[in-house]
Amino acid sequence: MKKNMGWKELDFGDSVNAGTAAEFHTGDWRSDRPVFHKENCINCLFCWVNCPDSAIILDENNKVAGIDYRYCKGCGICDTECPTKKEKRALTMEPERK
Amino acid sequence: MPTIAKTGNEAMAEAMRQIDPDVVAAYPITPATEVVMIFSQFVADGLVGTEFVAVESEHSAMSACVGAASAGCRVMTGTSSQGLQLMSEILPIASALRQPIVLCEVNRALSGPINIHCDHSDTMAVRDFGWIQLFSENAQEAYDNILQLVRITENEKVRLPGMATTDGFIISHCMEKIESLDDAEVKKYIGDFKVIKSTLDLDKPITLGSLDLQDYYFEHKMPIVEAMKEAKQVILEVGKDFGQRYGREYGLIEEYKLADAEIAMVALGSTCGTARAVIDELREKGVKAGLLKVRAFRPFPAEEIVKALAKVKAAAVLDRSDMFSNQGGQLCCEIKSAMYDLKQKPLLTNYVYGLGGREISLEDIRKIFAEQQGTASSGKVKQAVQHFGVRE
Repeated sequence: MKKNMGWKELDFGDSVNAGTAAEFHTGDWRSDRPVFHKENCINCLFCWVNCPDSAIILDENNKVAGIDYRYCKGCGICDTECPTKKEKRALTMEPERK
Repeated sequence: MPTIAKTGNEAMAEAMRQIDPDVVAAYPITPATEVVMIFSQFVADGLVGTEFVAVESEHSAMSACVGAASAGCRVMTGTSSQGLQLMSEILPIASALRQPIVLCEVNRALSGPINIHCDHSDTMAVRDFGWIQLFSENAQEAYDNILQLVRITENEKVRLPGMATTDGFIISHCMEKIESLDDAEVKKYIGDFKVIKSTLDLDKPITLGSLDLQDYYFEHKMPIVEAMKEAKQVILEVGKDFGQRYGREYGLIEEYKLADAEIAMVALGSTCGTARAVIDELREKGVKAGLLKVRAFRPFPAEEIVKALAKVKAAAVLDRSDMFSNQGGQLCCEIKSAMYDLKQKPLLTNYVYGLGGREISLEDIRKIFAEQQGTASSGKVKQAVQHFGVRE
Protein backbone atom coordinates (compact mmCIF):
# COMPACT_ATOMS: atom_id res chain seq x y z
CA MET A 1 0.00 0.00 0.00
CA LYS A 2 1.14 3.52 -0.79
CA LYS A 3 2.08 5.56 2.27
CA ASN A 4 0.59 8.92 3.29
CA MET A 5 -2.15 8.97 0.68
CA GLY A 6 -4.33 12.09 0.35
CA TRP A 7 -8.06 11.76 0.95
CA LYS A 8 -8.82 11.85 -2.76
CA GLU A 9 -6.67 8.76 -3.28
CA LEU A 10 -8.46 6.62 -0.72
CA ASP A 11 -10.71 3.70 -1.55
CA PHE A 12 -14.44 4.40 -1.45
CA GLY A 13 -16.28 4.38 1.85
CA ASP A 14 -13.52 3.63 4.35
CA SER A 15 -12.87 0.26 2.70
CA VAL A 16 -9.49 -1.27 1.96
CA ASN A 17 -8.58 -4.30 -0.08
CA ALA A 18 -8.59 -7.41 2.05
CA GLY A 19 -5.30 -9.14 2.98
CA THR A 20 -3.20 -6.01 3.52
CA ALA A 21 -1.86 -7.54 6.76
CA ALA A 22 0.57 -9.42 4.48
CA GLU A 23 2.32 -6.07 3.91
CA PHE A 24 2.79 -5.59 7.65
CA HIS A 25 5.85 -7.43 8.97
CA THR A 26 4.82 -8.23 12.52
CA GLY A 27 8.13 -10.05 13.03
CA ASP A 28 10.00 -6.75 13.32
CA TRP A 29 9.64 -6.50 17.09
CA ARG A 30 10.01 -10.11 18.27
CA SER A 31 11.87 -10.70 21.57
CA ASP A 32 11.71 -14.52 21.59
CA ARG A 33 11.79 -16.73 18.52
CA PRO A 34 10.44 -20.24 18.03
CA VAL A 35 13.03 -22.62 16.56
CA PHE A 36 11.75 -25.57 14.53
CA HIS A 37 13.37 -29.02 14.89
CA LYS A 38 12.14 -30.99 11.88
CA GLU A 39 13.51 -34.36 13.11
CA ASN A 40 11.11 -34.27 16.11
CA CYS A 41 7.98 -32.96 14.29
CA ILE A 42 4.98 -35.33 14.12
CA ASN A 43 3.08 -33.03 11.70
CA CYS A 44 -0.04 -32.69 13.86
CA LEU A 45 -0.34 -29.08 12.54
CA PHE A 46 -1.42 -27.73 15.94
CA CYS A 47 1.11 -24.92 15.52
CA TRP A 48 -0.18 -24.13 12.03
CA VAL A 49 -3.82 -24.02 13.19
CA ASN A 50 -3.11 -21.85 16.22
CA CYS A 51 -0.58 -19.38 14.83
CA PRO A 52 -2.30 -15.94 14.83
CA ASP A 53 -0.01 -14.62 12.09
CA SER A 54 -0.05 -17.55 9.63
CA ALA A 55 3.72 -17.76 10.14
CA ILE A 56 4.05 -21.56 10.08
CA ILE A 57 5.36 -22.59 6.65
CA LEU A 58 4.05 -25.82 5.11
CA ASP A 59 5.78 -27.67 2.27
CA GLU A 60 4.08 -29.03 -0.85
CA ASN A 61 2.97 -32.14 1.09
CA ASN A 62 1.42 -30.04 3.86
CA LYS A 63 4.17 -30.98 6.29
CA VAL A 64 5.59 -28.29 8.60
CA ALA A 65 8.67 -26.82 6.91
CA GLY A 66 9.64 -23.95 9.24
CA ILE A 67 8.74 -20.50 10.58
CA ASP A 68 8.21 -17.37 8.53
CA TYR A 69 10.14 -14.90 10.68
CA ARG A 70 8.83 -11.94 8.68
CA TYR A 71 5.46 -12.41 10.42
CA CYS A 72 6.26 -14.46 13.55
CA LYS A 73 5.98 -12.02 16.48
CA GLY A 74 7.28 -14.58 18.98
CA CYS A 75 4.08 -15.04 20.95
CA GLY A 76 4.98 -18.67 21.71
CA ILE A 77 1.53 -20.14 21.06
CA CYS A 78 3.10 -22.71 18.69
CA ASP A 79 5.51 -23.82 21.43
CA THR A 80 2.69 -24.02 24.00
CA GLU A 81 0.46 -26.05 21.66
CA CYS A 82 3.21 -28.37 20.34
CA PRO A 83 2.47 -31.81 21.90
CA THR A 84 5.97 -33.27 21.44
CA LYS A 85 7.73 -34.61 24.55
CA LYS A 86 10.21 -32.56 26.59
CA GLU A 87 13.29 -34.48 25.46
CA LYS A 88 12.26 -34.46 21.75
CA ARG A 89 10.74 -31.02 21.19
CA ALA A 90 9.79 -29.99 17.65
CA LEU A 91 9.57 -26.33 18.77
CA THR A 92 11.62 -24.45 21.32
CA MET A 93 11.64 -20.76 22.23
CA GLU A 94 14.96 -18.95 22.24
CA PRO A 95 15.68 -15.31 23.06
CA GLU A 96 16.51 -13.05 20.10
CA ARG A 97 19.28 -11.39 22.12
CA LYS A 98 21.55 -13.67 24.10
CA MET B 1 -51.81 8.73 -9.68
CA PRO B 2 -54.07 7.36 -6.92
CA THR B 3 -55.39 9.77 -4.26
CA ILE B 4 -55.55 8.06 -0.89
CA ALA B 5 -56.19 8.99 2.75
CA LYS B 6 -53.12 8.22 4.85
CA THR B 7 -51.54 9.22 8.13
CA GLY B 8 -47.89 10.25 8.02
CA ASN B 9 -46.86 6.86 9.30
CA GLU B 10 -49.03 5.05 6.76
CA ALA B 11 -47.62 7.24 4.00
CA MET B 12 -44.04 6.37 4.98
CA ALA B 13 -44.89 2.65 5.28
CA GLU B 14 -46.56 2.79 1.85
CA ALA B 15 -43.43 4.38 0.37
CA MET B 16 -41.37 1.60 1.96
CA ARG B 17 -43.63 -1.07 0.44
CA GLN B 18 -43.27 0.46 -2.99
CA ILE B 19 -39.49 0.81 -2.61
CA ASP B 20 -39.34 -2.85 -1.53
CA PRO B 21 -35.89 -2.61 0.12
CA ASP B 22 -33.67 -5.68 0.41
CA VAL B 23 -33.37 -5.42 4.20
CA VAL B 24 -35.29 -3.60 6.93
CA ALA B 25 -34.04 -3.92 10.52
CA ALA B 26 -36.16 -2.05 13.03
CA TYR B 27 -37.45 -1.83 16.58
CA PRO B 28 -40.80 -0.22 17.41
CA ILE B 29 -41.03 3.11 19.27
CA THR B 30 -43.87 5.60 19.65
CA PRO B 31 -44.79 7.50 17.51
CA ALA B 32 -42.84 5.70 14.73
CA THR B 33 -44.08 2.22 15.70
CA GLU B 34 -46.68 2.10 12.94
CA VAL B 35 -44.16 2.74 10.18
CA VAL B 36 -42.39 -0.56 10.75
CA MET B 37 -45.49 -2.32 12.13
CA ILE B 38 -47.43 -1.68 8.93
CA PHE B 39 -44.35 -2.57 6.90
CA SER B 40 -43.86 -5.85 8.78
CA GLN B 41 -47.47 -6.70 7.85
CA PHE B 42 -46.53 -6.16 4.20
CA VAL B 43 -43.64 -8.58 4.75
CA ALA B 44 -45.93 -11.15 6.42
CA ASP B 45 -48.45 -10.82 3.57
CA GLY B 46 -45.74 -11.40 0.99
CA LEU B 47 -46.24 -7.99 -0.64
CA VAL B 48 -42.51 -7.23 -0.50
CA GLY B 49 -39.40 -9.34 -0.90
CA THR B 50 -37.68 -7.66 2.06
CA GLU B 51 -35.69 -9.54 4.67
CA PHE B 52 -37.21 -8.09 7.86
CA VAL B 53 -34.93 -8.31 10.89
CA ALA B 54 -36.89 -7.92 14.13
CA VAL B 55 -34.03 -6.85 16.39
CA GLU B 56 -33.91 -6.38 20.17
CA SER B 57 -32.99 -2.67 20.20
CA GLU B 58 -32.40 0.32 17.96
CA HIS B 59 -28.66 -0.05 18.48
CA SER B 60 -28.98 -3.49 16.92
CA ALA B 61 -31.35 -2.16 14.27
CA MET B 62 -28.81 0.35 12.96
CA SER B 63 -25.99 -2.19 13.34
CA ALA B 64 -27.93 -4.70 11.23
CA CYS B 65 -28.64 -1.95 8.70
CA VAL B 66 -24.92 -1.16 8.43
CA GLY B 67 -24.10 -4.85 8.05
CA ALA B 68 -26.71 -5.34 5.34
CA ALA B 69 -25.62 -2.18 3.52
CA SER B 70 -21.99 -3.38 3.69
CA ALA B 71 -23.09 -6.52 1.92
CA GLY B 72 -24.55 -4.38 -0.87
CA CYS B 73 -28.24 -4.19 0.04
CA ARG B 74 -30.78 -1.38 -0.26
CA VAL B 75 -31.63 -0.82 3.40
CA MET B 76 -34.31 1.11 5.32
CA THR B 77 -35.44 1.52 8.90
CA GLY B 78 -37.57 3.80 11.05
CA THR B 79 -37.43 5.20 14.57
CA SER B 80 -38.03 8.13 16.89
CA SER B 81 -36.64 9.96 19.92
CA GLN B 82 -34.91 7.54 22.35
CA GLY B 83 -34.65 5.03 19.53
CA LEU B 84 -32.66 7.47 17.43
CA GLN B 85 -30.49 8.18 20.47
CA LEU B 86 -29.81 4.49 20.94
CA MET B 87 -28.84 4.28 17.27
CA SER B 88 -26.54 7.24 17.59
CA GLU B 89 -23.37 5.24 18.22
CA ILE B 90 -23.81 3.57 14.82
CA LEU B 91 -25.17 6.54 12.81
CA PRO B 92 -21.74 8.09 12.05
CA ILE B 93 -20.40 4.69 11.03
CA ALA B 94 -23.08 4.46 8.34
CA SER B 95 -22.00 7.82 6.90
CA ALA B 96 -18.28 7.02 7.16
CA LEU B 97 -18.88 3.80 5.21
CA ARG B 98 -20.91 5.87 2.69
CA GLN B 99 -24.01 3.72 3.01
CA PRO B 100 -27.23 5.04 1.50
CA ILE B 101 -29.49 3.85 4.35
CA VAL B 102 -32.89 5.59 4.42
CA LEU B 103 -34.47 6.20 7.83
CA CYS B 104 -38.10 7.17 8.51
CA GLU B 105 -37.75 9.42 11.55
CA VAL B 106 -40.73 10.70 13.51
CA ASN B 107 -39.75 13.73 15.59
CA ARG B 108 -40.42 13.28 19.30
CA ALA B 109 -39.13 15.00 22.43
CA LEU B 110 -36.19 13.43 24.22
CA SER B 111 -36.56 12.13 27.76
CA GLY B 112 -36.58 13.44 30.43
CA PRO B 113 -39.10 13.94 31.56
CA ILE B 114 -40.46 11.15 29.42
CA ASN B 115 -42.74 12.47 26.69
CA ILE B 116 -44.05 10.97 23.46
CA HIS B 117 -45.05 14.14 21.61
CA CYS B 118 -43.39 16.24 18.97
CA ASP B 119 -40.39 18.41 19.19
CA HIS B 120 -37.20 18.34 17.14
CA SER B 121 -34.66 17.62 19.88
CA ASP B 122 -34.11 14.00 18.74
CA THR B 123 -33.32 14.82 15.11
CA MET B 124 -31.26 17.87 16.08
CA ALA B 125 -29.18 15.78 18.49
CA VAL B 126 -27.89 13.67 15.58
CA ARG B 127 -27.42 16.53 13.14
CA ASP B 128 -23.61 16.30 13.05
CA PHE B 129 -23.30 12.62 12.08
CA GLY B 130 -23.07 12.96 8.30
CA TRP B 131 -26.71 12.08 7.64
CA ILE B 132 -28.90 13.99 5.21
CA GLN B 133 -31.93 15.40 7.06
CA LEU B 134 -35.15 16.41 5.33
CA PHE B 135 -38.12 17.81 7.28
CA SER B 136 -41.68 17.20 6.05
CA GLU B 137 -44.57 19.63 6.45
CA ASN B 138 -47.30 17.02 5.99
CA ALA B 139 -47.97 13.39 5.05
CA GLN B 140 -47.62 14.11 1.33
CA GLU B 141 -44.14 15.49 1.84
CA ALA B 142 -43.25 12.55 4.08
CA TYR B 143 -44.15 10.18 1.24
CA ASP B 144 -42.39 12.27 -1.40
CA ASN B 145 -39.30 12.81 0.78
CA ILE B 146 -38.80 9.09 1.39
CA LEU B 147 -38.97 8.36 -2.35
CA GLN B 148 -36.60 11.22 -3.16
CA LEU B 149 -34.20 10.21 -0.39
CA VAL B 150 -33.63 6.89 -2.12
CA ARG B 151 -32.49 8.78 -5.21
CA ILE B 152 -30.50 11.37 -3.24
CA THR B 153 -28.68 8.95 -0.94
CA GLU B 154 -27.90 6.48 -3.73
CA ASN B 155 -26.50 9.15 -6.04
CA GLU B 156 -22.83 8.33 -6.59
CA LYS B 157 -21.73 11.85 -5.68
CA VAL B 158 -23.57 11.59 -2.35
CA ARG B 159 -23.76 8.00 -1.07
CA LEU B 160 -24.60 9.15 2.44
CA PRO B 161 -27.40 7.88 4.66
CA GLY B 162 -30.45 10.07 5.08
CA MET B 163 -33.49 10.57 7.26
CA ALA B 164 -36.82 12.10 6.34
CA THR B 165 -38.71 13.35 9.36
CA THR B 166 -42.34 13.94 10.21
CA ASP B 167 -43.64 15.65 13.36
CA GLY B 168 -44.78 13.10 15.94
CA PHE B 169 -48.60 12.73 16.12
CA ILE B 170 -49.14 16.05 14.30
CA ILE B 171 -48.17 14.41 11.00
CA SER B 172 -47.51 10.81 11.98
CA HIS B 173 -51.04 10.11 13.25
CA CYS B 174 -53.20 12.63 11.38
CA MET B 175 -54.97 11.41 8.28
CA GLU B 176 -54.60 13.51 5.17
CA LYS B 177 -55.31 13.17 1.50
CA ILE B 178 -52.15 12.29 -0.37
CA GLU B 179 -51.33 11.48 -3.95
CA SER B 180 -49.28 8.32 -4.25
CA LEU B 181 -47.52 6.94 -7.29
CA ASP B 182 -48.31 3.61 -8.91
CA ASP B 183 -46.12 0.74 -7.73
CA ALA B 184 -44.58 0.33 -11.18
CA GLU B 185 -43.85 4.05 -11.36
CA VAL B 186 -41.99 3.95 -8.04
CA LYS B 187 -39.93 0.99 -9.25
CA LYS B 188 -39.02 2.95 -12.36
CA TYR B 189 -38.36 6.13 -10.41
CA ILE B 190 -35.93 4.64 -7.88
CA GLY B 191 -34.26 2.26 -10.35
CA ASP B 192 -32.03 -0.67 -9.43
CA PHE B 193 -29.70 -0.42 -6.47
CA LYS B 194 -26.10 0.01 -7.57
CA VAL B 195 -23.60 -1.88 -5.44
CA ILE B 196 -20.24 -0.08 -5.22
CA LYS B 197 -18.47 -2.38 -2.74
CA SER B 198 -19.69 -5.52 -1.04
CA THR B 199 -18.31 -7.59 1.79
CA LEU B 200 -19.82 -10.60 -0.01
CA ASP B 201 -17.88 -10.04 -3.23
CA LEU B 202 -15.44 -12.95 -3.18
CA ASP B 203 -13.65 -11.76 -6.31
CA LYS B 204 -12.81 -8.40 -4.74
CA PRO B 205 -12.62 -9.02 -1.00
CA ILE B 206 -12.59 -5.89 1.17
CA THR B 207 -12.01 -4.93 4.79
CA LEU B 208 -14.38 -2.42 6.40
CA GLY B 209 -14.03 -0.49 9.62
CA SER B 210 -10.34 -1.02 10.19
CA LEU B 211 -8.49 0.92 12.91
CA ASP B 212 -7.63 4.36 11.63
CA LEU B 213 -5.45 6.52 13.87
CA GLN B 214 -3.61 9.84 13.55
CA ASP B 215 -2.33 8.85 10.12
CA TYR B 216 -5.62 8.38 8.19
CA TYR B 217 -8.73 9.19 10.29
CA PHE B 218 -8.72 12.83 9.14
CA GLU B 219 -8.44 11.78 5.48
CA HIS B 220 -11.36 9.38 5.92
CA LYS B 221 -13.61 12.20 7.19
CA MET B 222 -13.01 14.41 4.14
CA PRO B 223 -15.16 12.41 1.69
CA ILE B 224 -18.17 13.07 3.98
CA VAL B 225 -17.44 16.81 3.89
CA GLU B 226 -17.26 16.66 0.10
CA ALA B 227 -20.35 14.44 -0.28
CA MET B 228 -22.40 16.87 1.84
CA LYS B 229 -21.38 19.71 -0.51
CA GLU B 230 -22.45 17.62 -3.51
CA ALA B 231 -25.67 16.66 -1.73
CA LYS B 232 -27.00 20.22 -1.98
CA GLN B 233 -26.97 20.15 -5.76
CA VAL B 234 -28.28 16.57 -5.89
CA ILE B 235 -31.22 17.41 -3.59
CA LEU B 236 -32.08 20.32 -5.90
CA GLU B 237 -31.81 18.18 -9.04
CA VAL B 238 -33.84 15.33 -7.57
CA GLY B 239 -36.48 17.77 -6.26
CA LYS B 240 -36.77 19.50 -9.63
CA ASP B 241 -36.99 16.21 -11.49
CA PHE B 242 -39.68 15.03 -9.06
CA GLY B 243 -41.65 18.17 -9.89
CA GLN B 244 -41.34 17.63 -13.62
CA ARG B 245 -42.45 14.02 -13.31
CA TYR B 246 -45.22 14.29 -10.72
CA GLY B 247 -46.04 18.00 -10.37
CA ARG B 248 -44.65 18.55 -6.87
CA GLU B 249 -41.29 20.31 -6.99
CA TYR B 250 -38.95 20.41 -4.00
CA GLY B 251 -35.88 22.45 -3.09
CA LEU B 252 -33.59 22.88 -0.12
CA ILE B 253 -35.91 25.61 1.15
CA GLU B 254 -39.37 26.77 0.16
CA GLU B 255 -40.44 30.38 0.03
CA TYR B 256 -44.07 31.33 0.62
CA LYS B 257 -45.02 34.92 -0.22
CA LEU B 258 -41.48 35.88 0.74
CA ALA B 259 -40.37 37.76 -2.41
CA ASP B 260 -41.71 41.17 -1.25
CA ALA B 261 -42.07 40.36 2.46
CA GLU B 262 -41.00 42.82 5.15
CA ILE B 263 -41.50 40.42 8.03
CA ALA B 264 -40.95 36.67 7.86
CA MET B 265 -41.10 33.44 9.77
CA VAL B 266 -38.55 30.65 9.39
CA ALA B 267 -39.58 27.18 10.52
CA LEU B 268 -39.22 23.44 10.07
CA GLY B 269 -41.92 20.82 9.64
CA SER B 270 -45.64 20.99 10.39
CA THR B 271 -45.61 24.50 11.90
CA CYS B 272 -45.06 25.82 8.37
CA GLY B 273 -48.64 24.83 7.53
CA THR B 274 -49.98 26.89 10.44
CA ALA B 275 -47.77 29.82 9.41
CA ARG B 276 -49.14 29.77 5.84
CA ALA B 277 -52.72 30.23 7.10
CA VAL B 278 -51.72 33.26 9.21
CA ILE B 279 -49.67 34.75 6.37
CA ASP B 280 -52.74 34.54 4.11
CA GLU B 281 -54.75 36.46 6.73
CA LEU B 282 -52.05 39.09 7.14
CA ARG B 283 -51.66 39.52 3.40
CA GLU B 284 -55.41 40.23 3.13
CA LYS B 285 -54.91 43.01 5.66
CA GLY B 286 -52.03 44.37 3.58
CA VAL B 287 -49.23 43.17 5.89
CA LYS B 288 -46.24 41.99 3.88
CA ALA B 289 -45.56 38.73 5.70
CA GLY B 290 -43.85 35.65 4.31
CA LEU B 291 -42.57 32.20 5.22
CA LEU B 292 -39.24 30.52 4.71
CA LYS B 293 -39.59 26.79 5.17
CA VAL B 294 -36.32 24.94 5.67
CA ARG B 295 -36.70 21.48 4.14
CA ALA B 296 -33.08 20.33 4.23
CA PHE B 297 -31.35 20.85 7.57
CA ARG B 298 -28.39 18.68 6.51
CA PRO B 299 -26.84 19.73 4.22
CA PHE B 300 -27.59 23.20 5.60
CA PRO B 301 -28.71 25.60 2.84
CA ALA B 302 -26.83 28.60 4.24
CA GLU B 303 -26.46 30.61 1.01
CA GLU B 304 -30.05 29.97 -0.02
CA ILE B 305 -31.44 31.09 3.35
CA VAL B 306 -29.28 34.22 3.39
CA LYS B 307 -30.45 35.12 -0.11
CA ALA B 308 -34.10 34.42 0.68
CA LEU B 309 -34.06 36.60 3.81
CA ALA B 310 -31.84 39.35 2.39
CA LYS B 311 -34.64 41.91 1.89
CA VAL B 312 -36.65 41.08 4.99
CA LYS B 313 -36.59 43.65 7.81
CA ALA B 314 -37.42 41.34 10.70
CA ALA B 315 -37.74 37.56 10.91
CA ALA B 316 -38.86 35.13 13.59
CA VAL B 317 -36.83 31.92 13.54
CA LEU B 318 -38.77 29.10 15.16
CA ASP B 319 -36.88 26.28 16.84
CA ARG B 320 -38.73 23.31 18.27
CA SER B 321 -35.67 22.40 20.33
CA ASP B 322 -33.15 24.10 22.58
CA MET B 323 -29.42 23.45 22.62
CA PHE B 324 -29.05 24.57 26.26
CA SER B 325 -26.09 26.67 25.19
CA ASN B 326 -27.77 30.00 26.10
CA GLN B 327 -27.89 30.68 22.34
CA GLY B 328 -31.39 29.40 21.53
CA GLY B 329 -32.17 26.69 19.01
CA GLN B 330 -30.10 24.99 16.35
CA LEU B 331 -31.88 26.48 13.33
CA CYS B 332 -31.47 30.07 14.48
CA CYS B 333 -27.83 29.57 15.47
CA GLU B 334 -27.00 28.19 12.04
CA ILE B 335 -28.87 31.00 10.30
CA LYS B 336 -27.08 33.62 12.40
CA SER B 337 -23.78 31.97 11.59
CA ALA B 338 -24.64 31.98 7.87
CA MET B 339 -25.35 35.72 8.04
CA TYR B 340 -22.05 36.68 9.69
CA ASP B 341 -20.56 38.22 6.56
CA LEU B 342 -23.63 40.21 5.57
CA LYS B 343 -23.33 43.98 5.89
CA GLN B 344 -27.06 44.49 6.28
CA LYS B 345 -28.74 41.73 8.24
CA PRO B 346 -32.42 41.18 8.97
CA LEU B 347 -33.35 41.52 12.63
CA LEU B 348 -33.70 37.98 13.94
CA THR B 349 -35.67 36.84 16.94
CA ASN B 350 -35.36 33.22 17.96
CA TYR B 351 -38.52 31.62 19.31
CA VAL B 352 -37.94 28.29 21.04
CA TYR B 353 -41.43 26.79 21.08
CA GLY B 354 -43.52 23.66 21.23
CA LEU B 355 -41.22 21.51 23.37
CA GLY B 356 -42.76 18.17 24.28
CA GLY B 357 -45.62 18.71 21.84
CA ARG B 358 -46.87 22.03 23.32
CA GLU B 359 -49.44 23.24 20.80
CA ILE B 360 -48.60 26.17 18.52
CA SER B 361 -51.85 27.78 17.42
CA LEU B 362 -52.87 30.29 14.76
CA GLU B 363 -53.16 32.85 17.57
CA ASP B 364 -49.56 32.11 18.63
CA ILE B 365 -48.29 32.67 15.10
CA ARG B 366 -50.32 35.90 14.84
CA LYS B 367 -48.69 37.09 18.06
CA ILE B 368 -45.20 36.28 16.76
CA PHE B 369 -45.86 38.12 13.50
CA ALA B 370 -47.20 41.12 15.44
CA GLU B 371 -43.95 41.19 17.40
CA GLN B 372 -42.04 41.13 14.12
CA GLN B 373 -43.99 44.18 12.95
CA GLY B 374 -42.89 45.93 16.13
CA THR B 375 -39.27 44.90 15.59
CA ALA B 376 -39.34 46.02 11.95
CA SER B 377 -40.69 49.48 12.82
CA SER B 378 -38.52 50.03 15.90
CA GLY B 379 -35.41 48.58 14.27
CA LYS B 380 -34.54 46.78 17.50
CA VAL B 381 -34.79 43.18 18.64
CA LYS B 382 -36.42 43.13 22.08
CA GLN B 383 -35.12 39.76 23.20
CA ALA B 384 -32.90 37.68 20.91
CA VAL B 385 -34.00 34.30 22.30
CA GLN B 386 -37.50 33.79 23.64
CA HIS B 387 -39.02 30.64 25.07
CA PHE B 388 -42.45 31.03 23.59
CA GLY B 389 -45.58 29.59 25.18
CA VAL B 390 -44.01 28.42 28.44
CA ARG B 391 -45.59 29.28 31.81
CA GLU B 392 -43.50 31.12 34.37
